[in-house]
Amino acid sequence: MLLAREGGIASFSPGDGAERGCERRRPAQPLMHVSMGIPTTMATSAAATFNYKVVRQFAIMTVVWGIVGMLVGVIIAAQLLWPEVLPAVPWLSYGRLRPLHTNAVIFAFGGCALFATSYYVVQRTCHVRLFSNALAAFTFWGWNLVIVLAAITLPLGITTSKEYAELEWPIDVLITLVWVSYAVVFFGTLAKRRTPHIYVANWFFGAFILTVALLHVVNSAAMPVTFWKSYSAYPGVQDAMVQWWYGHNAVGFFLTAGFLGMMYYFVPKQAGRPIYSYRLSVVHFWALIFTYMWAGPHHLHYTALPDWTQSLGMLFSLILLAPSWGGMINGIMTLSGAWHKLRDDPILKFLIVSLSFYGMSTFEGPMMSIKTVNALSHYTDWTIGHVHSGALGWVAFISIGCIYYLIPRMFGREQMYSLRLINAHFWIGTIGVVLYIASMWIAGVMQGLMWRAVNADGTLTYAFVESVKATYPFYAIRLAGGTLFFAGMLLMAYNVWKTVAGGRAHEALIPEPAHA
Amino acid sequence: MLLIPLSVVLVALIAGVFWWSVASGQFDDLEGPAHRILADDDRVAPAASAEDAEPADLMRVKPGGYPPA
Repeated sequence: MLLAREGGIASFSPGDGAERGCERRRPAQPLMHVSMGIPTTMATSAAATFNYKVVRQFAIMTVVWGIVGMLVGVIIAAQLLWPEVLPAVPWLSYGRLRPLHTNAVIFAFGGCALFATSYYVVQRTCHVRLFSNALAAFTFWGWNLVIVLAAITLPLGITTSKEYAELEWPIDVLITLVWVSYAVVFFGTLAKRRTPHIYVANWFFGAFILTVALLHVVNSAAMPVTFWKSYSAYPGVQDAMVQWWYGHNAVGFFLTAGFLGMMYYFVPKQAGRPIYSYRLSVVHFWALIFTYMWAGPHHLHYTALPDWTQSLGMLFSLILLAPSWGGMINGIMTLSGAWHKLRDDPILKFLIVSLSFYGMSTFEGPMMSIKTVNALSHYTDWTIGHVHSGALGWVAFISIGCIYYLIPRMFGREQMYSLRLINAHFWIGTIGVVLYIASMWIAGVMQGLMWRAVNADGTLTYAFVESVKATYPFYAIRLAGGTLFFAGMLLMAYNVWKTVAGGRAHEALIPEPAHA
Repeated sequence: MLLIPLSVVLVALIAGVFWWSVASGQFDDLEGPAHRILADDDRVAPAASAEDAEPADLMRVKPGGYPPA
């Protein structure tokens, strides 16, 4: 075991002199560190450090891709307001930049945050180093290669046209390889854990990894025609159903289960208090896992999809409200009796406010899945508002909070360079989200009402373009909100830069597990 | 449709994992795990960060704040 570890380290960090040097020196130190342990375990843990390197890499790239993805978001929001703000070339058109935005924020920003936190949490809670340094490094470089390829192919117009699964088949194959490696690293680490219990956050991360693998493979099944063109394996409405089975479960497992894993570790850690109810967290997990898979049809209300399937999707979406709110309450109530901590801990503000946005959007989602509500909301900007309430308010906020937690620990600092900047980031970000979602709510309901308005003689009251014109001011407010959120990310980048510049790569020793 | 058998198989698998987790005692203690993650101190203590630093770095990171044990 010791040999395997050392071999891994040796093959792992070429060209990173500082880190290697520090790892070489390490074996001497921990002998006194674990002097209370048994001699044999001493020998094992003597060389044992956590793999912080991959966590560090993913944490930094979370910030980088967050800025890139949100910048593209600001650009396309500006395009909706001023259609000719960019030169009229095809690869800068809205239709190509929009998937670039969604892929960059979901898979690049969100994905890197998930990799960073899951690798950190599984190591810290299992008290072992990652299963394989080489595979972990492969997931980092592979995943970032996927992102770069996406950033090249999408503007070129190379796309499967499946929403949130636009990447063509060669990239899909690479994603599959990376994801399988991720699963091997994660579950391999779980398998060699030194604690009998698997902490609940790992259950969420594990479910996220397995389900995303399944979703990706099933939905991306396609027949390649050329190297950059393939056709879906499914025909017609079945293709639509598979796509939204994927699409909704991507929301459910990529953007929810994984981030709930973050919540169950980082909220208690940052608050310095145990989760409000561990029992509820276990119930939350199993309830979510058993029910989430069936909600996809709510994306296809009033389409060619069979009616019963639509109703089933709506029913399961409504059921989902219960576990979602259970989890939200569990997270927020962790602060019960220690609310004052929110006053002067901006990281905790990010984490707790993200949970309130989680609660809001998991209430809004089931409501929008009700067919009669959906008749009004579908195809309007209300959906965009709903998505961003979840994406900015929940996913981005909790990721940002976790990254602020991780960066000092990764770079040997006691805390971030500036707490005031975190606080400023929090308020700028919050105002940005609120402007964004409120403008889209109003715009969406207005559009829905205008589209369905009919005159006494049965003709439509408004032409479509009139609804576009009426939306114009709301696009301006949305752009302002998005720009604020983006500005907050720039503050974060500066703060992270200063923290990293004043610190150095930190390799933490693996502590003995606490006894029950 | 492909998705219904797939979902049913999946639910069976999840049920299997659930059965294993209950049978293997994962949920016998529903208090301790919540506290145990807090016992793991992952902060970079001032002393620890100095301990890891190169002597040159030391002066920069913690000026004068390093009493070697």
